[in-house]
Amino acid sequence: MKRRDFLKTTLTTTLGSTAAVGISSQSVMARGNLKPAPDAVGMLYDSTLCVGCKACVSACKKTNNMPPVQAKNKKDTADFARDLSSKTLNVIKVYRNGNLAVKDRQINGFAFEKRSCMHCVDPGCVSVCPVTAMRHNPITGIVTYHADACIGCRNCMVGCPYNVPQFEYENPFGQIQKCQMCNQAGVEKIDKGGMTSCAEVCPTGATLFGSRKSLMAEAKKRMALKPGEVYNYPRGNLDKKPSHHEKEIPIYKKHIWGEKEAGGTNVLHISSIDFDKLGMPPLKDRSSASVAETVQHTLYQYMALPAVALAGLAFTVAKNSNNDKDNDNKGDKK
Amino acid sequence: MSTHKALPGRILSLPFLVFLSIFLVGMYFLMQRFVFGMGEVSNLNGGFSWGIWVVYDVVIGSALACGGYALAFTVYVFNKGKYHPLVRPAVLASLLGYGLAGFGAFFDMGRWWQFYNIFLPNNWNFNSVMLEVGLCVTAYIFVLALEFAPAFLEKIGAKGLLKVLNKLLFLIVALGILLPTMHQSSLGSLLIAMGHKVHPLWQSMHLQPLLALLTALIMGFSIVIFEGSFSAVGFKEKLQTHLFKNLSKVIIWLLLIFLVARFATIIFQGNISHLLSFDTNSLLFILETALFTVPLLILLSPANRSQGSRLLIAAVCMLLAGSLYRFNAFLFTLNPGVGYSYFPSAPEIMVTLGLISFEIMAYIVLVRTLPVLHHEKT
Amino acid sequence: MKKDLSLDFDFTAIEKRLGCSRRTFMKFCTGVAASLGLGASSAVAMAQAVADPARRPPVIWLHGQECTGPTEALLRSEQPGLAHLILELISLDYHQTLDTGAGHQVEEAKKKSMADNKGKYLLVVEGAIPLKDKGIYCKIAGETMLDITNEAATDAAAIVAYGSCASWGGVQSASPNPTGAVGAPQVLKNKTVLTIPGCPPNPANFIGTVLFFVTYGKLPPIDELGRPKWAYGRLIHENCYRRPHFDAGRFAKEFGDEGHRKGYCLYELGCKGPETYNNCPSLEYNNVGGGVWPIGVGHPCFGCSEKGVGFEKPMFSLSDVKTHTPPNAFPNIDHRPLGGNMSAAGVAVASAAVGAVIGASVVASSKIKKQEKAQKQPKSS
Repeated sequence: MKRRDFLKTTLTTTLGSTAAVGISSQSVMARGNLKPAPDAVGMLYDSTLCVGCKACVSACKKTNNMPPVQAKNKKDTADFARDLSSKTLNVIKVYRNGNLAVKDRQINGFAFEKRSCMHCVDPGCVSVCPVTAMRHNPITGIVTYHADACIGCRNCMVGCPYNVPQFEYENPFGQIQKCQMCNQAGVEKIDKGGMTSCAEVCPTGATLFGSRKSLMAEAKKRMALKPGEVYNYPRGNLDKKPSHHEKEIPIYKKHIWGEKEAGGTNVLHISSIDFDKLGMPPLKDRSSASVAETVQHTLYQYMALPAVALAGLAFTVAKNSNNDKDNDNKGDKK
Repeated sequence: MSTHKALPGRILSLPFLVFLSIFLVGMYFLMQRFVFGMGEVSNLNGGFSWGIWVVYDVVIGSALACGGYALAFTVYVFNKGKYHPLVRPAVLASLLGYGLAGFGAFFDMGRWWQFYNIFLPNNWNFNSVMLEVGLCVTAYIFVLALEFAPAFLEKIGAKGLLKVLNKLLFLIVALGILLPTMHQSSLGSLLIAMGHKVHPLWQSMHLQPLLALLTALIMGFSIVIFEGSFSAVGFKEKLQTHLFKNLSKVIIWLLLIFLVARFATIIFQGNISHLLSFDTNSLLFILETALFTVPLLILLSPANRSQGSRLLIAAVCMLLAGSLYRFNAFLFTLNPGVGYSYFPSAPEIMVTLGLISFEIMAYIVLVRTLPVLHHEKT
Repeated sequence: MKKDLSLDFDFTAIEKRLGCSRRTFMKFCTGVAASLGLGASSAVAMAQAVADPARRPPVIWLHGQECTGPTEALLRSEQPGLAHLILELISLDYHQTLDTGAGHQVEEAKKKSMADNKGKYLLVVEGAIPLKDKGIYCKIAGETMLDITNEAATDAAAIVAYGSCASWGGVQSASPNPTGAVGAPQVLKNKTVLTIPGCPPNPANFIGTVLFFVTYGKLPPIDELGRPKWAYGRLIHENCYRRPHFDAGRFAKEFGDEGHRKGYCLYELGCKGPETYNNCPSLEYNNVGGGVWPIGVGHPCFGCSEKGVGFEKPMFSLSDVKTHTPPNAFPNIDHRPLGGNMSAAGVAVASAAVGAVIGASVVASSKIKKQEKAQKQPKSS
């Protein structure tokens, strides 16, 4: 008898929790992807325009007061930044294939790719941070970091699909470092009506600054043009009298990275190479952050479920504690 | 009144000294971490920002400390008073496990001197699973301390306090069941936001909390058997096989539900191909599933259930299985992006081993000084 | 110890012939040898070769479609001695601009020299060669340039295409190329043609090449486009003194702006330095000194010495940055400098720990088994 009860209760409890999670999966749409801020600023990186001059890398370091990354065992001042790190918020990497004969060709070619914060529309780092040290500016859409709140749990690094936030592992009192679109306290280039340093110095307009809307239109315009047509490429700030230079339209992959991926990003990428080859993650349209939040909010909305559970448990435990003594006594009698 | 007694005998023994030396080495490296930064001792990098300090010390360590939770569930919710003798040592092990998980989380924090930020409500981000884990684990450590307090209060003879505590016990125990349910499931939910980084065989999205909870319970029951067996061997105590025998029946159901949920998820998500690819990840999955299935097969036979040695083997299998499940999901099969790799450095592992050694030493010391282990009147 | 090798040699004759001091002459030879990447002994060898009148090679110098820029540039080189030296190095038997004779007389002299020096003379081609309509768009003394070139090339010891026009067609060959102009290498497909492109080319590149030929009897090493590697081995961008501005992202945005006045990089103004191979940054132009060469005076490089760039690309369109193409110091997409790889120690400690747990469990399990057996036995007995 007792054993049956025991198993029955085990089963119902498990089924109950399964049901709770089931409900959560049903009400998944409760929190869909966040939508882009109407006036969000961003950047458009056109890999086919990039010549690999790394001017953006050094401009970024200058703006953020970051030291050059030294090659192994060398104490030189030339920058050897190879990847994003706590000292490098922006880096140009290269895709190589075969004999590297032609730029922007997938087979036997090469292409440049910029790595920096994508400034997600629905940022994973903001969603997972327990102490709101990662924030999403509702107007500019810029994802910012606030060391005064940060506890250093590094969930943002784990929650970022692009591995952008970087912790200063070499510093016993380190912090997270990430691109804040040159709008961090003390720099505030965007608030002052300026543009990001990397877009400012880019000689080809490979990194173009502007509002997400106009950048998206620009990217779509490039996609629509025929390869070989001469196009007047803008440089600098797309929304504020950009300078131009002429160049033939390359064969673009018809894919604007950041239009939809995990809710989209404010930094858009276009290229002649498939994005998975350029190291972009396999993202679905729905952001993982929105799924996690849906599950979490379903289980913990107003703490209702835990409160009910606590009440039920308290009652059961109180009741059983009394029985328990009887049981103990019984046991002793035996 | 109580039949709990401190264990007589010397604390210092050869195994104790071995654990002590491991602990000291671990502390040496931990000191380096605080002086020179985490990069000095750990292999953490831009892609793998969580290493074994998070995944073992916190995620797995807390699950291994679920003995108190599992028994509280059994004794108070399912009203099985006969398991009472197992509760106090299990609560002690849980308290130590959770305490060290908390300490692990603390020294893994990059900005540990600001740890209190997570307790300040104006900082709270209610979307964050980590917030729930952080607050809930902290609360549970206090609850465990209160649950274990009677042992200490009996020792010092504070009868008044003991009475008050006993009156509030129902609430403390209720919390002691609710809180682990919450944060153990949330430890699974942490994986949801990691999205594509988690291998498809482990990324069950909405089912993450359930699977995490089931493994926590399986590991919780297993650790009771494990600790009981080792206490019996190590302290030359009587083995409580008759109690473990009945616990193992619950475990069978938990294992069955877990395996069904696991495979159902994989089938519904269309990830069977990943299972059959026989690459490292698929082999890890097969090993993990084997470690879950072997104890199931052992425990299904009633003859095995009444054999302490078989029960111990099953328990060890399940502990390894549960640990491997979490290791796999959080670390071994994690793919943060092309090119990243992580294997813990020797100092990093030594820190973790140092903590485990501390846990064992503390258990030995407390068992020998406080009334923890249950003695039947003979 | 170091010994001045030139001491053993009598320079009186050459001093007289060239009208310069032994010291100036040796300095010149050493400079040329150095720019060729050769040592002091080569400089002496060169000096001796030049000093020996018997070793002066006869030269047939042809002009096709062109502006005579290369010759003019050579004659107007800033250091008066340079042109003199070049002309003294060789026995210039035929040169349409410089010959004092004219008409049949000169053509006769050319034929005689070619016949006398069969297989020994150096052929210099200056200017493009039109191919369309059987080459009628460029004729000298009633013969097409195409025929003249082919004829002269037959018995030449070596062929040098001097200037961009001779190297690939130059400005004549720019689209739509109405006369079908090509360079000497395209006409003399079966012969090795050394090209010294530039519009005009730097005379120093010519003299170095010729000195090498005079000294060693062969042409210096060349690249796949026939250019001597010593002069065209590097992109202008690689040695440009405005390069640090490029690397730091400091660009002149328009002529006369602040960046332009400050001497910033001219890339955004269309500088073709990043895709043009030449030694302009180190030699500047015509030894004028004082930073006198296009980039030095604030104008973007036009790419005159690079086929497909000069006369082809729009003057102010951005160049392809060849220095920044792989293989170069770029990290691969999957390059992660902060490792985290397995170390022997890490693996050892980890496996020891896992092994200890499993081992201890097995031991404990067997102990329990014994215990249980011991308990059972009294019961059964």
